[in-house]
Amino acid sequence: MRDVAVVSFAQSEHARALPGVNEVEMLMPVIGQVRDQIGLDKSRVGFTCSGSTDYLAGQAFSFVMTLDGIGAWPPISESHVEMDAAWALYEAWVKLQMGEIDVAMVYGYSKTSPGDLPDVLTRQLDPYCYAPLWPDSVSLAALQAQALLDTGSTSEREWAEIASRSRASAKNNPNAQLKGDFDPDVILADEYLVAPLRKHDCPPITDGAAAIILAADDTARELSKRPAWIRGLEHRIDAQSLGVRDLVNVKSLQLAGSAAGVSTGKIDFAELHAPFTYQEVLAKRALGLGADVQINPSGGALAANPMMAAGLVRIGEAADRIMAGEGDRAVATATQGACMQQNLVCVLEGE
Amino acid sequence: MAKIQALEGVEPVTMIDAPARLDYTFTAGRATSRFLKGLEKKKLLGERSAATGKVYIPPRGADPVAGVPTDEQVEVADCGTVTSFCVVNVKFYGQAMECPYVCALVLLDGADVAMFGLIQEMPYEDVHPGLRVEAVWVDDNELSTTLENIKYFRPTGQEDAPLETYKEHV
Repeated sequence: MRDVAVVSFAQSEHARALPGVNEVEMLMPVIGQVRDQIGLDKSRVGFTCSGSTDYLAGQAFSFVMTLDGIGAWPPISESHVEMDAAWALYEAWVKLQMGEIDVAMVYGYSKTSPGDLPDVLTRQLDPYCYAPLWPDSVSLAALQAQALLDTGSTSEREWAEIASRSRASAKNNPNAQLKGDFDPDVILADEYLVAPLRKHDCPPITDGAAAIILAADDTARELSKRPAWIRGLEHRIDAQSLGVRDLVNVKSLQLAGSAAGVSTGKIDFAELHAPFTYQEVLAKRALGLGADVQINPSGGALAANPMMAAGLVRIGEAADRIMAGEGDRAVATATQGACMQQNLVCVLEGE
Repeated sequence: MAKIQALEGVEPVTMIDAPARLDYTFTAGRATSRFLKGLEKKKLLGERSAATGKVYIPPRGADPVAGVPTDEQVEVADCGTVTSFCVVNVKFYGQAMECPYVCALVLLDGADVAMFGLIQEMPYEDVHPGLRVEAVWVDDNELSTTLENIKYFRPTGQEDAPLETYKEHV
């Protein structure tokens, strides 16, 4: 295996709606920043991979148009996943492992503001039995949340504390969308949005973009004083049908975490892509993270959840802290699909 | 597999109809919005890239060669040169034109990328690369923020443009 590291991370401001700009105009400054802050000329990028989906902006082949913002001339080697860009990072990592390139760029973005996100997300469900019923993403999450609540192992109070802590942590994150001091007792008095979920249990709807540069071996050491080395990277998927899944034990995340070697050393902090408060409870259990692990110092997806990028942002936020020397070993996760169907785990280390 | 008694004798489902409709509020973006607002005033506003000097129209805000923003607005002419064309003989659902008709790429004077348009007011067999054409606009009271303001292009009667002026676009 080659040593591969995150050497640069950039993200846009995240907001409910970035008015006026199209996806290219939203993404371009992020691409410029992720290259420029390490003085990387675009000609050195051997492979580019992105994560996005046309359903969000409602525009066919939007990912092809977005290549306008990359500078794809002379022709570049490029790929795209209809997934959170954390999976684009996985594809780029595989390319780096193959040994033919030393630098890869990964980006993910979405403008969710043009459509009705909870409705749009119904289109990712099984087209015969689920999608025709149009079960929106919040209602499906509420089913999983209720199943978890019924085990008696968590509480709505614990979820309110997760929301409160996330938004407080986000105060230090200039790009976050939802931040501030929220008393758990006060937000717990709110009405249900979809029982047992209240508004604070749900992620904000976000327009935004993020990008990462990966590099291998000595190239990584040249581009960063302290690269964030990827020591484990795995992803697994659960069955699509909610009826055959154990919704309160996220098997795919357990398997990915175990294969990535999360428990083989001390974790200093975790950036968990848990868009709903209760999903943080599930993710911590699946990864076996103890009370000593700091969770989501960036504020996490409860502070900003740009679809197709929020998982990559978790890896980027964790890498930034490693590169800054604020920790030696971290875990970042990405989740995709209804009720945490697909999960990716990335273990990052400084040296 | 155990049979479900209540479903015995029930006709199996072999097909379902699952209509789907999603509505979006499209954002053209800053550069394309400037272009569309220009069209309302019969102006064709491209954008120049500082990195390559190229003028793109319709602009999407980026120089796709360099991957950097374009932000200098440049008005280009509403006449230009046909670089390539296609005679449409195939009918399709929703077709607005009667076959045969000509779609062409027109390199507007002052632009560095060709734009799509119809060629009319001449026999289709006479359309050729190098042909000089001009835009025919809708009446002023029908102008709005749409490319449909240009009904089609027609020949100007000028001499053909020399190949050197458009060979990069063929």
